Amino acid sequence: MRSAPVMPEYIETLVIGVFCALDLVLFYLFFEGGLVPMFLIIGIWGGKNRVYAAYKFFLYTLLGSVLMLAAILAMASIAKTTSIPDLMVFKFDPKVQILLWLAFFASFAVKMPMWPVHTWLPDAHVEAPTAGSVILAGILLKMGGYGFLRFLLPMFPQASVYFTPLVFAMSVIAIIYTSLVAFRQVDIKKLIAYSSVAHMGFVTMGIFSGNAQGVQGAIFQMLSHGVIAGALFLCVGVVYDRMHTREIAFYGGLANRMPWYAAIFLLFTMGNVGLPGTSGFVGEILTMTGAYQVSTWTALAATTGVILSAVYALSLYRRVMFGELVNPKLAAIQDLTVREVVIFAPLIASTLILGVRPGLIFNLTAASVDHLVGAYKAAVGG
Amino acid sequence: MTFQDALLLARPEVFLAASTLLLLVWGAFRGDKAMGEVSIGASLALVAAAGLAAVSPEGTAFSGGFIADGASSFGKVAIYLISPVAIYLGDRWLVRVGNGRFEYPILILLAALGMGMMVSAGDLISLYIGIELQSLALYVLAAFRRDDAKASEAGLKYFVLGALSSGLLLYGASLIYGFAGSTHFDLIAKSIEGGATGTGVLFGLVFLICGLAFKVSAAPFHMWTPDVYEGAPTPVVGFFAAAPKLAAMLLLARVLSEAFGTALEQWRQIIVVAAFLSVAVGAFGGLAQSNIKRLLAYSSIANIGYALIGLSAGSAEGMEAVLVFMVLYMIDVTGFFACIGALSRDGKPMEQLSDFAGLARVRPGLALALTALSFSVMGLPPFSGFWAKMFVFKAAIASGQWALAAVLLLGSVVAAFYYLRLIKTMWFDAAPGQTDKEPLDAKGVALASALFCFPVVLPALAVLEPLAKTAASAFGLK
Repeated sequence: MRSAPVMPEYIETLVIGVFCALDLVLFYLFFEGGLVPMFLIIGIWGGKNRVYAAYKFFLYTLLGSVLMLAAILAMASIAKTTSIPDLMVFKFDPKVQILLWLAFFASFAVKMPMWPVHTWLPDAHVEAPTAGSVILAGILLKMGGYGFLRFLLPMFPQASVYFTPLVFAMSVIAIIYTSLVAFRQVDIKKLIAYSSVAHMGFVTMGIFSGNAQGVQGAIFQMLSHGVIAGALFLCVGVVYDRMHTREIAFYGGLANRMPWYAAIFLLFTMGNVGLPGTSGFVGEILTMTGAYQVSTWTALAATTGVILSAVYALSLYRRVMFGELVNPKLAAIQDLTVREVVIFAPLIASTLILGVRPGLIFNLTAASVDHLVGAYKAAVGG
Repeated sequence: MTFQDALLLARPEVFLAASTLLLLVWGAFRGDKAMGEVSIGASLALVAAAGLAAVSPEGTAFSGGFIADGASSFGKVAIYLISPVAIYLGDRWLVRVGNGRFEYPILILLAALGMGMMVSAGDLISLYIGIELQSLALYVLAAFRRDDAKASEAGLKYFVLGALSSGLLLYGASLIYGFAGSTHFDLIAKSIEGGATGTGVLFGLVFLICGLAFKVSAAPFHMWTPDVYEGAPTPVVGFFAAAPKLAAMLLLARVLSEAFGTALEQWRQIIVVAAFLSVAVGAFGGLAQSNIKRLLAYSSIANIGYALIGLSAGSAEGMEAVLVFMVLYMIDVTGFFACIGALSRDGKPMEQLSDFAGLARVRPGLALALTALSFSVMGLPPFSGFWAKMFVFKAAIASGQWALAAVLLLGSVVAAFYYLRLIKTMWFDAAPGQTDKEPLDAKGVALASALFCFPVVLPALAVLEPLAKTAASAFGLK
């Protein structure tokens, strides 16, 4: 349909609105408004099961959001303001904080998505067209992490401390459980979608460790995951455009016919695994360092996630790229076109540059993070 | 106050009644070919009455039976301005189905007059007169296509159940009169303050609320809604769903705040239960519907539930929210039924959900309008329905009812499913064939209301909100 190019721009408008809004109602407006274009992208241009996936995406997210709306209205009635800077210094009663925290958490946990409310994500990713998946993984999921940093920690510090063990437990389960689930997938996109959930587990763990390393790491991990997962979905799109299937068993031996593609896929797979030198490493090591200071066991359990990510990512790579090219349908498959290389170029560059010079980002975020962490520690008396 | 002053205070209604009679005689002389003229005359009369209501002075007349205040002017302007739209849509629609009769605009006029009386009612007697004048006109409108079995069924059902509800209402009114000693709202309020909140008055109150709940189609008094919506002519349903709901809601607000303001804790329980049940019935009942008009009936039940939440706040903020909500909802729902009235395939109206398959490709303009309206009724920002819901929930939460608000917001997620199904049918499914050329009148109204729900609503709210605030302050709540 002709209107296709309009949709990503529409989403971009809303996402910029989400990140810029300094008023709760305005924030909600943009946050929720993003559902419409994504629903249409999945439903109109999606795969076979697109209607189911579109419904699931929409209703799941809406369910979380309406609870947040109730909390927003409650905050407006208690604090008599919806301005975010004012609410950040407003001190809510700890008992009220717990309810408000839960309502906001419901919304952001679905958006993030955290285990056990992550099941809409694999469906949405599998059915969405490549562009839709890239937007979803690269941008939309990050609104959840932004919400945690913007609302939960500064506005409800006592409740955040109270619930930290819960969040840690959910993060660790996400890291381990969804990594194992990813390993058993037969669909390339679904595998990457589950790996996204696992990586988001590092983000939530980092944010709720409440120290500078953890929060910096979480921000960096979100950024890096946006690039790497987006690139991996593009990689899937490359072969899907040619063969119209995402089944892992269909492929095998692609490295013989598509050397450039294999090289690029390898780079992003390594980024996904968290190999030092790629941006994936920085976020993981920092979030784990942050969590270690708060809870050794959480950090310990999270480290197994690093191994598990290598297990599923490398086995995916082996099954798709290596071996003999046995499927006759693949015999004529073409390597990357110039257009595709141009699309990948900035993603490759940022994965590598951010991997060796993470300071580029940290220098930008340091002031805000110090402020956030300082205020958080002061509020909870640590 | 002399009789003359009293008549002057009721100028909009007196004018409307006179124009109705005049147009009726005109129509009787000229026959059905006069339908167009009568329609234009009726629309002009309504707009003029709206103008009169807008500049109306405040006061009470007919020994307290008629109140002209901010709230009544607000309600009247809204009702008298939406009614011409119903006349316009219905007039064209009925001509298309070969049933163009001049009584249609007259009946709408009479109904609007009844609604004007409802929002101005100052005692139980004028309340009943207003309701009956409105209802009788609506019963006839429901069965306006008398050769159509479904329409006749709808009219009959509406009449029988409506008569039952009027009975309930009258019984409640008589109990209240018996125990409070007056039919005037302010005297009832005084007697309650004086310690007469006995079981008798409360019993009467319960019956009164039941009768009014029937008129706004709040659960558990909603049973007539799906059948009447399905059978009655589409533009008539568009009218049913809009103006009478606003009038009855305003009346409910006035009775509860002016006559029973001191019994807030008692009636709040009833309203909360009705709100909860309405949202539940509306959300879950709509899931299984395949007829779009029945679907919208359930949607309107759910939306009345949301309006009742604003009422249950029992505060000036809550009343203001109800007024804003009802006006925005009225515009949404008018657009919805305009869309449905505009669509037909091979001369047959498209009323099954499956008829809408692939509409986005066949009729992109109407499909876009329906999509915007659906998202709006769903309560998704930035459409008007979101703002409407936000106002009522804000009031409810400010009055401390957060648990209720949270539960009902979850209900809106369930209801979101069936609006999504409509959108999905229009955008994701394949079209079974071309539709007939859509008539310009209905399409125009549909597009206009879609445009209203976004983006016109944003500047409109800046005007509407202060107006509603002034209107709500007339109820004398804090």
